[in-house]
Amino acid sequence: MSSALGTHDIAAGFVDPPHESQRVFRGVLEAFAHPGRIVTVADAPAAPGLLCRATAAFLLTLADRDTPLWLAPEFDSPEVCDFVRFHTGAPIVGGRAEAAFAVLAHDQLLPFDTFSIGTDTYPDRSATLVIEVPALGAGPALIWRGPGIDGQASVAVAGLSHVFWLDWAANHSLFPCGVDVVFAAGSQLVALPRGIAVES
Amino acid sequence: MYVAVKGGETAIAHSLDLLADKRRGDRGVAEVSLDQIDQQLGLAVDRVMTEGSCYDRALAALAIKQARGDLVEAIFLLRAYRTTLPRFGASEPLDTSRMVAERRISSTFKDVPGGQVLGPTYDYTHRLLDFSLAAAGERPEASTAPCDVTAALPRVGDILEREGMLEPAPAADAAEAQDLTRQPVVFPTTRPVRLQNLARGDEGFLLALGYSTQRGYGNNHPFVGEIRFGAVPVSFVPEELGFAIEIAEIDVTECDMVNQFAGSHDVPPQFTRGYGLAFGHAERKAMAMALVDRALRAEELSEVATSPAQDEEFVLAHSDNVEASGFVQHLKLPHYVDFQSELVVVRALRAEVEARNRQATLCQAAE
Amino acid sequence: MPDIPVQDAAYNYAYLDEQTKRMIRRAILKAVAVPGYQVPFGGREMPLPYGWGTGGIQVTAAIIGRDDTLKVIDQGADDTTNAVSIRRFFARVADVATTTRTEEASVIQTRHRVPETPLKEGQILVFQVPIPEPLRMLEPRETETRTLHALSEYGVMQVSLYESIARHGRIAKTYNYPVMVNERYIMSPSPIPKFDNPKLDRSPALQLYGAGREKRIYAVPPYTPVKSLDFDDHPFEIETWSECCALCGSRESFLDEMIVDDTGKRLFLCSDTDWCQERQGVLPEEPPK
Repeated sequence: MSSALGTHDIAAGFVDPPHESQRVFRGVLEAFAHPGRIVTVADAPAAPGLLCRATAAFLLTLADRDTPLWLAPEFDSPEVCDFVRFHTGAPIVGGRAEAAFAVLAHDQLLPFDTFSIGTDTYPDRSATLVIEVPALGAGPALIWRGPGIDGQASVAVAGLSHVFWLDWAANHSLFPCGVDVVFAAGSQLVALPRGIAVES
Repeated sequence: MYVAVKGGETAIAHSLDLLADKRRGDRGVAEVSLDQIDQQLGLAVDRVMTEGSCYDRALAALAIKQARGDLVEAIFLLRAYRTTLPRFGASEPLDTSRMVAERRISSTFKDVPGGQVLGPTYDYTHRLLDFSLAAAGERPEASTAPCDVTAALPRVGDILEREGMLEPAPAADAAEAQDLTRQPVVFPTTRPVRLQNLARGDEGFLLALGYSTQRGYGNNHPFVGEIRFGAVPVSFVPEELGFAIEIAEIDVTECDMVNQFAGSHDVPPQFTRGYGLAFGHAERKAMAMALVDRALRAEELSEVATSPAQDEEFVLAHSDNVEASGFVQHLKLPHYVDFQSELVVVRALRAEVEARNRQATLCQAAE
Repeated sequence: MPDIPVQDAAYNYAYLDEQTKRMIRRAILKAVAVPGYQVPFGGREMPLPYGWGTGGIQVTAAIIGRDDTLKVIDQGADDTTNAVSIRRFFARVADVATTTRTEEASVIQTRHRVPETPLKEGQILVFQVPIPEPLRMLEPRETETRTLHALSEYGVMQVSLYESIARHGRIAKTYNYPVMVNERYIMSPSPIPKFDNPKLDRSPALQLYGAGREKRIYAVPPYTPVKSLDFDDHPFEIETWSECCALCGSRESFLDEMIVDDTGKRLFLCSDTDWCQERQGVLPEEPPK
């Protein structure tokens, strides 16, 4: 984890926060309402460090002092930490269990392990993971089913292993508990809420 | 027709005009000023600040004027304004032992360090209408005794506590208390959240509940350990300074209610506390709050909770007059779609009953 | 006549501060992720009274933007007093285009009805909810009902509906008729007439429900199964009328009954004013801003 704000420049955030964050949120909401649908984030600003623009826009829109953020080691750079702290105020935490949001890479081992899955009485108290992938709409297509999908959808997300989808099946089986996932690549997002069953 | 088939917008505009007109009343009578409300209807201002959770006498006076003296409406106005204000941080806890008390009494001891100070109170007035107030005319200022504003005024509860007779005050929690105006209440809740809810709670509702505990619905044998009213300093630690500075002085009324407690298998018999605090001068509110606070501690003190005042969900979910007033009055909104659904089913059910009765009559006639 | 509202510089865009919007937006995403589950949120005091749509207003304020076209209805009508009041509020604080046409709206805030015109993908229907807990009248305690939902223990609801059959020969519940969402959570559809329940099932539109006083948000994503509770021998059925709309002749819409003279003579009219006008070929009288 980085120390206090460094001397390097901090990447710019939103120029007009109320309107830009509203448009990004509607994109994220569309993605959650239609799992598997590729949504292009309209107002993605420049992204710091290894974060892609969609992840940066997601954090600017939804993270703040009330949402502890966990960063996988590859994203835990001074550029990213300063960007997050300066623009959102979100505390960057070392423990996965505390995190409301997390940013992970597509090849992260045990991606869902120890993140909060909520409780039977409060399943909303679960983490939302942003997983950066090489590309959306590319790679092997899998069949997704569940709320928000009319029948079934064929969805391709590049860079995910067979083991990832086994882990996902375990997460899905916890419903109504479980983590929710957003895949991000470039300026694009795809949401995978916990209620979606994926045929692997 | 209040659900105008057309022109709802114009009707609303006219209604707002009429309301503003009513508020002003007869133009031949001088308009009341905010200063007059603040100075001469000060207890109304105090109540609006307390239940509106916003210490600002001028805003509270404005709300009272705008609400034509309807205090629940004024509380709503102040709350709706408060919710838009940015938060700079939380102040340090008030230290009421630093109060410059205008009034301070204990009913548990004949005399206490610092003395019994009656101050301004209605307690010993004869409730006879004072017709001299109906006529104009100034009255001379009351004389006051000199008072040492630097001396601390020890709380009666602290004295009892040192003797082990009274349970210790809860330890100051380093963590910032949950702000129930920012986060939803989750049951079961904690005492800091309950006290916030009660402080904002409707005075009449808490008074009735506190009264019910005195009539056997959850009796907790209360004594007024102390009531004090006066000014206390408010301190705040700005991030950039790192030490506390005094930012204001506010008037509060504090009530420490002392209650008999038989003890449990872990704790020997001792006295327990119920706590009440209100902005301004509001003894009825502070006392009612203290009674209900103590009643709500039933579970914590291993008492059997059987009465409404001991029922956390019941009390906290219904104490807020802005919520209650809105939901009761929403019945004025059109409900004709739901009512139509009911008409359809009630007519169908009645038709079935009538058909059955006719059938029965026919059968009887045939016999 | 009322002047054309302009955005109020004293308040943030869409009234709520950005921190509040983020909190509500996070709650909405969790609500969409767990369809039918009531997410607690830090509901704010709004400048309109509790019970008058504060939940729906907060949800709308958290999602709405300048690109949106907003429709507000109460009892199906765009011109009822509360609908007018809420529409003016958003025109003032959110600088948003408004419409009375269901098909033109991107966001529709409603109290007590679902529009007759079928909704499309991309539209968001925001419900104002007075009591979000479908079990509340059977079990007043939040701690209890939360456990019942956690365990999917819905026997009390089945018993209550069965008692209605035993007493009336049918399920006599007419509005706020409970539904099962995605085969997991029993949900209150808000006090819409049961006539509207079938429109919730697998709707292409996103449904968001906001309860301000009770501080809960819940959602039904598009294409999600929403089943009105019933029994095999007493299947769910909706209201029917022997009359038709006196203005447009409709026989398939929800009809309001009006008493037109002292002898109790009645007239039936569509509750959905936009739908009725569309059928009559009448242009809306209040043009969208």
